[in-house]
Amino acid sequence: MSWTNEQMADEVISFFTPHSSVNLGIGMPTIIAERIPKNLKIMIHSENGVLGVSGRPRANNVSPTLINAGKETIAIGPGASFFDSALSFGMIRGGHIDYCVLGGMEVDCERSLANWMVPGKKVTGMGGAMDLVNGSKQVIIMMNHFSKDGVAKLLKKCLLPLTGKNVVDYVVTEMGIFKPLGTSFQVIKLAPGIKAIDLKLDSQLLS
Amino acid sequence: MNKTIYEKESPKVYENAKSALRDIKSGMTLMSGGFGLCGIAENCIDALSEIDVKDLTVISNNIGNSGRGLVKILIQDKIKKAYCSYVGGNPDLETRMLDKRIQVELVPQGTFSERIRAAGLGIRAFYTPTGYGTLIAEGKEEKMFDRPCILETALHADFAIIKAQKGDTYGNLWFKETAQNFSPLMAMAAKITVVEVEELLPIGSLAPEEIHLPGIFVQRIFQGTNYKNDIEYLVIEKES
Repeated sequence: MSWTNEQMADEVISFFTPHSSVNLGIGMPTIIAERIPKNLKIMIHSENGVLGVSGRPRANNVSPTLINAGKETIAIGPGASFFDSALSFGMIRGGHIDYCVLGGMEVDCERSLANWMVPGKKVTGMGGAMDLVNGSKQVIIMMNHFSKDGVAKLLKKCLLPLTGKNVVDYVVTEMGIFKPLGTSFQVIKLAPGIKAIDLKLDSQLLS
Repeated sequence: MNKTIYEKESPKVYENAKSALRDIKSGMTLMSGGFGLCGIAENCIDALSEIDVKDLTVISNNIGNSGRGLVKILIQDKIKKAYCSYVGGNPDLETRMLDKRIQVELVPQGTFSERIRAAGLGIRAFYTPTGYGTLIAEGKEEKMFDRPCILETALHADFAIIKAQKGDTYGNLWFKETAQNFSPLMAMAAKITVVEVEELLPIGSLAPEEIHLPGIFVQRIFQGTNYKNDIEYLVIEKES
């Protein structure tokens, strides 16, 4: 049985050390925020200019100027702070963020990530992703294992334009946890009942 | 509040967006603060939609969103070139970009904010690892430090349009919550920074230690009106 999105989120959370700082990307990683145990005392950073995000506001306490990088309304916890975008990305680029978790279109065994455009078809822009993958101490990609066409998104070399070259530390999919090592992916853990053959990866790509 | 008193007190105080933007010309470069719709200069954008200008180069993280904000002047085809980091959630921009009706330079958000900050603070260029080995690095100088970096240059503008929650007649500003984003940086980087505020206050009303942006960076300020303060995605706590 492959993992649900919630189970994938919990696998990502198991990487976090107590009192660390974490930036969560738009899309799949957003569900991580509400599942982080309070006793871990994680400081959640959102690159639009807030450290100390803590869940969602009550319906009677919503502020249009209190949002995360996904432009969703948020609440903050004790010790939170606000700042401008240059300071926010200084925290990222300066190596002060312990973990960033981003979605992905492709990850390759050379530790590169593609997640911001499909030439001629779709452009979302990179937003803060290029800064996050180059600045965060650890980069974790949380994504579906297969594309809509059923092809594995873990590749020998990314085909799409890169977000970052040689930057990814771990990939968490519904099938398992993988570490790109340069010429192959190390299987750290598989979801219960998943076998290597289910991953649809060339055997040379696994170690 | 009495506008005429304020106008006498400080040459920076203007009546409204139209008067503060009266000398903006076609072909100029404009910075526009805000992240998505959070903290955008609503009055200035409305005024630009009524002013006869074209061929603007606009520097703004999202160029509006969800059909709102700067999308008002985007769909009037007043923007020739845009610098931004993210076009997701802005189908009007994505379509124009793919059809090549507008020239778009996508800039990684941290590089975007630092290029603007650099312009305001007299830094001509800087090396950053962000974008190395990607399309962003094409045509840029590369240099090896502890890791490979690319050279990025400062981004200047003729005008910046900024919204703050509170400001005084000298232009000292206070922003609410996450509404700072790019605004104080853009205020520093433009020749003429136009600020609209929800509360225009006499000089001395803001405590020095609560000022996010000193007024030296602000050339024009006015009391804004009719704020919508749209929320893009309302997400509230689940009932337990």
